[in-house]
Amino acid sequence: MPGAGRKAVALISGGLDSMLAARTILEQGVHVEGINFFTGFCVEGHTHAIRRRANGGGANPRNNALWVAEQLGIRLHLIDVVEEYKRVVLNPKHGYGANLNPCLDCKTFMVGRAREWMEEHGFDFIITGEVIGQRPKSQRRETMPVVARESGADDRLLRPLCARRLPPTLPEREGWVARERLHDFTGRTRKPQFALAADFGIEDYAQPAGGCCFLTDRQYSSKLADLWTSRGERDYELDDIMLLKVGRHLRPRPHFKVIVGREEGENNFLSGYRGQFVHLRTVSHPGPLALVDGEPGDEDLELAARLTARFSQGRGAERVDVEIGGAGRPTQRLAVTPMAPSAIPDDWYV
Amino acid sequence: MARATLDARRLLCPLPVIRTQERVKGLAPGDVLEVTCTDPGALHDIPAWCRLNGHRIASTADGADYELVITVVVGGAASS
Repeated sequence: MPGAGRKAVALISGGLDSMLAARTILEQGVHVEGINFFTGFCVEGHTHAIRRRANGGGANPRNNALWVAEQLGIRLHLIDVVEEYKRVVLNPKHGYGANLNPCLDCKTFMVGRAREWMEEHGFDFIITGEVIGQRPKSQRRETMPVVARESGADDRLLRPLCARRLPPTLPEREGWVARERLHDFTGRTRKPQFALAADFGIEDYAQPAGGCCFLTDRQYSSKLADLWTSRGERDYELDDIMLLKVGRHLRPRPHFKVIVGREEGENNFLSGYRGQFVHLRTVSHPGPLALVDGEPGDEDLELAARLTARFSQGRGAERVDVEIGGAGRPTQRLAVTPMAPSAIPDDWYV
Repeated sequence: MARATLDARRLLCPLPVIRTQERVKGLAPGDVLEVTCTDPGALHDIPAWCRLNGHRIASTADGADYELVITVVVGGAASS
């Protein structure tokens, strides 16, 4: 085995490519451990989990990175990079993709953090599931050297799925891995990956349709941009970006927005924020929980109450009672007329 | 044998796992960590993380207000 005694850290996203990359290196006798970064923008199906539990249980979605690690039989290190990742999102050196996705900076950041981990833990090289030409921003032939250079990983960064189309890296030159047993995948086609998965006997794997990051999502990016505009600064806290994943977001006025739960699971999740936010709940009719983000005045709260009532089962009633509390204010009750759907301008929906 | 608790309520996965991982680092083999969370994804993720790292789930239980209590027994292997 060429890799005996050598250790590699693999970036494990939970998708097929990183799984295949790690497996390719494991096959060469290298000790592999996985690393997975939590940025706060990761798509892990947790909003589905919230809803499913509220709807009576059923199978909960798995964390794909943990699942992949179990399938590969490797340890996985989950690392919280929420604070460090802000500089990537807020000031990407290489700019954004189609939405607020800083893909090239993101890849460079993650490989850079993996390099630090590799050095701290006495590992020899880093592996990723990148394929030349697979992603328009971060996985192009021209950008691959950029990631290697700017991350500081240099030639200790090995991409097993397309290595034979790239110059030999240190692990190849030193004989830690056999280059001829690496791959030459290229382009957006997934056929080579599916074939390799079949060769390895891998039948079950995640294929996230929208990628693994909320920042690639147009609607999510729109909500994040709205948050920055409303606050007059480009910054965020973890709670901000988690709340952007849940509920309907309506901004009737520049200084406040209303987040309305769409079903019981989201209402339960939002209820955890009742201490921090002014919140509203219909009491005369079943209805959603709504949070108010911003600095609402009395008239604003009446408007928020009418919006909350619009999404309640009392939407057709003349009057709906809404209870308002939270954020240190005394609980009050308002009787309001639900807003007609046609009275809500489209541009209120963030 | 120490008994510790972790409040992971309101955190969405994988944060309950990450907080569990951080907390286990400070515990010794045989210690017990009781994790309270609200994301049902933790029912999959914390046991999966335990299997990968040599820890054991003693029990899982439903609490009030959609709370879940997952009891982890710290294993002998070094934690990640």
